[in-house]
Amino acid sequence: MRAPPSELPITIDGVSVRSGGVIILERISLVLTPGAPTVLIGPNGSGKTSLIRLAMGLIPPTTGRIAWGGYGATEGRRRAIVFQRPVMLRRSVAGNIAFALRGGAIAPPAPQDRVAALLDLVGLAALGRRPARRLSGGEQQRLALARALARDPEILFLDEPTANLDPAATKAVEDVVAKVAAAGVKIVLATHDLGEARRLAGDVIFMVAGRILEHRPAKDFFTRPVTPEAQRFLNGDLVI
Amino acid sequence: MVNGMQDGVSAFDLILGGDPALYAIIKLSLTVSVSATLLASAVGLPLGALLALVRFPGRAVMVVVLNAFMGLPPVVVGLGMYLLLSRSGPLGFLGLLFTPQAMIFAQAVLVMPIVAALTRQTVEDLWVEYRDELTAMRIGPTARVAALLWDARFSLVTTLLAGFGRAAAEVGTVMIVGGNIDGFTRTMTTAIALETSKGDLPLAVGLGIVLIALIIVVNAAAALARRIGELHAG
Repeated sequence: MRAPPSELPITIDGVSVRSGGVIILERISLVLTPGAPTVLIGPNGSGKTSLIRLAMGLIPPTTGRIAWGGYGATEGRRRAIVFQRPVMLRRSVAGNIAFALRGGAIAPPAPQDRVAALLDLVGLAALGRRPARRLSGGEQQRLALARALARDPEILFLDEPTANLDPAATKAVEDVVAKVAAAGVKIVLATHDLGEARRLAGDVIFMVAGRILEHRPAKDFFTRPVTPEAQRFLNGDLVI
Repeated sequence: MVNGMQDGVSAFDLILGGDPALYAIIKLSLTVSVSATLLASAVGLPLGALLALVRFPGRAVMVVVLNAFMGLPPVVVGLGMYLLLSRSGPLGFLGLLFTPQAMIFAQAVLVMPIVAALTRQTVEDLWVEYRDELTAMRIGPTARVAALLWDARFSLVTTLLAGFGRAAAEVGTVMIVGGNIDGFTRTMTTAIALETSKGDLPLAVGLGIVLIALIIVVNAAAALARRIGELHAG
């Protein structure tokens, strides 16, 4: 039996996205391959979220092409996303994961050992029966991670997963992300937190005004930024 | 004033004394209204959800019509059902006119637009919230409908109560298609109308008290169920 085609590499070739005459992304060319986490950084409105949604297949390019390994935009089943403000379904913590495992179908029931393993992975094993909407912000983010991982993704997009979380909750989320990355899942994470980028990134994509200004290994980017915008951003200056 | 008080006392005597005629009417009324609400929900819930999720030519007109039909005049529905079910009508061969089944179908026609229109609004609001997550999870159309209906279940209880309230309080439709036949198709509302016109106020008042009490009990039970459900499911 042949193995199913891979979602990777994701090849974005000269893609621009416009909405109502406004340029959201401009001439983006990028190849996302398996390996260490790719972190998107840049000021607010730089296009990080839009690039993640584009790569996830949630928004179409206005011009240019995008390919997901052997799949089309709506075909792949092994890419997943955690939104900045994930919506908790109105069911229990375990019920949220079971829903994702079943792909929304009512039957057959989700395998309980898989639900338990995912709860354990994100540190929510003790909260399986709690209503998901009653979790704290950090716990909801970890549940969203578990729900995304239920799809057994090859690539996981994370849009500002620790925005508005306190340091303890941030660490809990980052620990899960690091574990998942170590298990071989490609992580693409958007953040405006430079500390988080330093802790997690294998390579960095620096964006301003819908364009990629730099895409380099994290160590090089943080020690020797090339563009003046990146230098100013790393110095903590305002980049508009 | 004195007569009114006497009627009230007699009404309570009928209720507490377990008057068989009174309880037969109550039983039939509940059977008809609950069955009609269930039947209307079986059509109205999925129809409302589909209208919320699917875009097609004429959808806006359909939504307007559905909303307008929430205010369908019961006597007009009764007349329409009468024409359908009468011996010379297209469904006359079923022999349903002046039966409880006809009353159930007629009330279901009355209630269905309420259930469908309120469901559409509820599900559409929830879809705005869930769209990104369900799309990203690649949840198919049928599973989306099921998920949205399930997750909106506590709001939809109110929708079903609105439908049940409409059915339970309705008199014109069941009077026309049921015929208000004693011991067979006489419901609380038709009996109240009849007994009032005959001047038998104790029975009319007793039925009125029971009708209002039932509606309060059903709503209280639903509110309690909703509260407990929200506590456990969020």
